[in-house]
Amino acid sequence: MKPLSVVVTSVCDLFAWFMIVFGVYVINNGHNTPGGGFQGGAIVATFLSFMLVAYGGKRFWAWVHEGVYGFLEFVGLVAFFVFGCLGFPNSFFYNSVSIPEGGKVLSEWLPYSGTISLMNVAVGFEVVGALSLVVIYMYGSLRMIDTGAGMGGERGHDRFDR
Amino acid sequence: MKKTIFIAAAIVLGGLLCEMFEAIHPFGIPVNTEMDDYILVHALSDRSAQNVVTSMVFDFRGFDTLGEAAVLFTALSSVGALFRDGGKRE
Repeated sequence: MKPLSVVVTSVCDLFAWFMIVFGVYVINNGHNTPGGGFQGGAIVATFLSFMLVAYGGKRFWAWVHEGVYGFLEFVGLVAFFVFGCLGFPNSFFYNSVSIPEGGKVLSEWLPYSGTISLMNVAVGFEVVGALSLVVIYMYGSLRMIDTGAGMGGERGHDRFDR
Repeated sequence: MKKTIFIAAAIVLGGLLCEMFEAIHPFGIPVNTEMDDYILVHALSDRSAQNVVTSMVFDFRGFDTLGEAAVLFTALSSVGALFRDGGKRE
């Protein structure tokens, strides 16, 4: 896939990092504000497809590491299951970390919502890994078929294919 | 013959559908509110969650969210099985 013009790459340089920061904000404040792990993870995973469209296949493969996203997926799923198992004397997915007793919150070192916010972070990791891996796998198979010769790019004002 | 059967069946099913829409409770007035009231009251006091929606998703129905995560993982596995090393036939 060819890179797009200098306009798109400049916009990618400017705004891709804000997208990641905003996604992490949505994940981290999932227990207070609208959003949460799934939505924030989708926002963060948009970065990879944005990078692919703007900078093209060569920069994409130089930049991306599949193992990182697989590790994120693994860590997210296992952490989600472990946080669910934490409440097992009572029930599966019982919020055992931060149950207030008489108006007083136990264990001040954890966030106020207890396992809810921790599960938000775990699901955020999982969604980031899964959606990024979907983009990587699909574009990888596309490269094998087409070798990226005639794809992408902008006709007329493309500075990379002169 | 086929057309008359189809029209008759459409009329009967349409009548049943209209009856069903008549029987639906009006918007904003649910029939049973015990569970809603329980969740609204106990989300902050029992589960210490400020956001009721998040307490539903990750606490009251956390098992459902585990299923969603499993769905995502299954989708990823099938995409990997389909597209990984695509075009390499040995």
